[in-house]
Amino acid sequence: MSSAFPLMANSAAAASSTAKSSVHTPAMTTSGSNTQRMKITKLNFFYGKNHALHDVSMDVATNRVTAMIGPSGCGKSTLLRTLNRMYETLRHTRLEGEITLDGVDILSLDVTKLRRMVGMVFQKPNPFPKSIYENVAYGLRINGHEGRLDDAVEKSLRRAALWDEVKDKLHKSAYALSGGQQQRLCIARALAVDPEVLLLDEPCSALDPVNTAKIEELLFELKPTCTLVIVTHNMQQAARVSDSTAFLLNGELIEIAQTGQMFTKPSDPRTEAYITGRFG
Amino acid sequence: MSVRVNTGVNVRLIWRKSLNVVMLSLTGLCALLTVSVLFFILGYLIWNGGKDLSWNFFTKLPAPVGEMGGGMANAILGSLKLLSIAALFGVPIGLLGGVYLAEFGGRTMPFLVRYTADLMNGVPSIVMGIFAYALVVMPMHHFSTFAGGIALAIMVIPTVLRNTESFLRDVPSTLREGSFALGANKWRMIATVVLPAASRGILTGVLLALARVAGETAPLLFTAFGNRYWSPGWSQPTSSLPVVIYTYATGPYEDWHRQAWAAGLVLLGLVLLTNILVRVFLTRGTAYERT
Repeated sequence: MSSAFPLMANSAAAASSTAKSSVHTPAMTTSGSNTQRMKITKLNFFYGKNHALHDVSMDVATNRVTAMIGPSGCGKSTLLRTLNRMYETLRHTRLEGEITLDGVDILSLDVTKLRRMVGMVFQKPNPFPKSIYENVAYGLRINGHEGRLDDAVEKSLRRAALWDEVKDKLHKSAYALSGGQQQRLCIARALAVDPEVLLLDEPCSALDPVNTAKIEELLFELKPTCTLVIVTHNMQQAARVSDSTAFLLNGELIEIAQTGQMFTKPSDPRTEAYITGRFG
Repeated sequence: MSVRVNTGVNVRLIWRKSLNVVMLSLTGLCALLTVSVLFFILGYLIWNGGKDLSWNFFTKLPAPVGEMGGGMANAILGSLKLLSIAALFGVPIGLLGGVYLAEFGGRTMPFLVRYTADLMNGVPSIVMGIFAYALVVMPMHHFSTFAGGIALAIMVIPTVLRNTESFLRDVPSTLREGSFALGANKWRMIATVVLPAASRGILTGVLLALARVAGETAPLLFTAFGNRYWSPGWSQPTSSLPVVIYTYATGPYEDWHRQAWAAGLVLLGLVLLTNILVRVFLTRGTAYERT
């Protein structure tokens, strides 16, 4: 029952942040022609001979949280890893179809540039064996940051709601932090290079409920400045944090809809079966 | 009836307990024997060589044949010079080769490299000496510090290579992904994340490899050769501790035998010191969190 309280707090935060972003919306529609940050068209993905994704087409809305749910092995993490071409670190993978970022085919971009625009946070916190400061500065250093590094590091740590907890020990090892703090450090590290999109691969699966609530709250705060895509095996989390939800099953995109509609009136019987807990 | 059952159990219990005691004592004895060999050698060296260790031993050249006294300053310096060449050529090759094995490569090439490195580890050290003789001494037409260093470098390579590879493999792949996800390319990722994370283990391996070749005599016999005087530069034959021990121990003079003991003590002391330093490094733990 105690989890009901963070849930309510979050939905309140959701309400306020939607109010905030609705203020920004007119400006955005006039400046940028599309409100779809990323567009996936007829995506097929293979691990060797294993056909992992079948004809997936979906959009990722700008400054919204898109959740991907589905049972283990359904391809949701694979789909996430196509968005910043992380699959290229594995051998024998093949991608067919098209993914665009702001209308540009991501395969035509330099992968270094793409990953600076599309950041990623992993399932298990993976800070580098360096100081807190150096962890955040890492992306800035390798991308040739100009200007004061200190300011950029502070800004990123503030955005990740970690600054107050670490400002006195910036040069201590990142491993001295708790698991939840490490995960927020990884978010700060990803935010440091100012990505347009942030991919989160089950970011809370290794965290306790308190730290999970902190991360979820953080997602609401990031929404006005960043497009978020989150993979989660926790349907309550998807319902709490996301604006739209995609349901995947056996490598196919079964349904993508507004989160409210998805969890109340799913159009596909398989979605309904999954979210009511009949399998998966 | 219950009495009979009880006695049966007791007999078996006594048998099991005594077998346990016997096996435990046997393993303990063997462990003790292993360790005592080292302490025996160390004690014997100190007993025989300790009294001939003096300041002169570290600062003076060997005395002319027949005269008493003198030292082995040239051999100590020669050994250090040989080791620095071995480190200069052997360590970078082994290190980068290890990076290749752990981070790059497909299936056949790494298999070949790994297999060859393991074979090289098993090649008798005198064969390495012959190889360096053919490679360096023959074209240069004379023995040299450089040739001896190259012979040792060839022996350092496979050890450093395999050790570097295994420590790099221990670095969690999530760290590599974290670096890639921030837009690093592969070399950047290796240089800024993987190598620093494995640096302690790699350094340990380098020191151990150098400590091992520090005591090698055979590869130096016809490469660095030997020298009773200082060896200026890198292209002259040079004295070295292991070769001096070999020459003095098999020589006809009583004084030489005592000096050989002292040299042995110095060499063992250097190797022990390196090993202890390495332990200190290792007990500080790895730089990254193990899962």
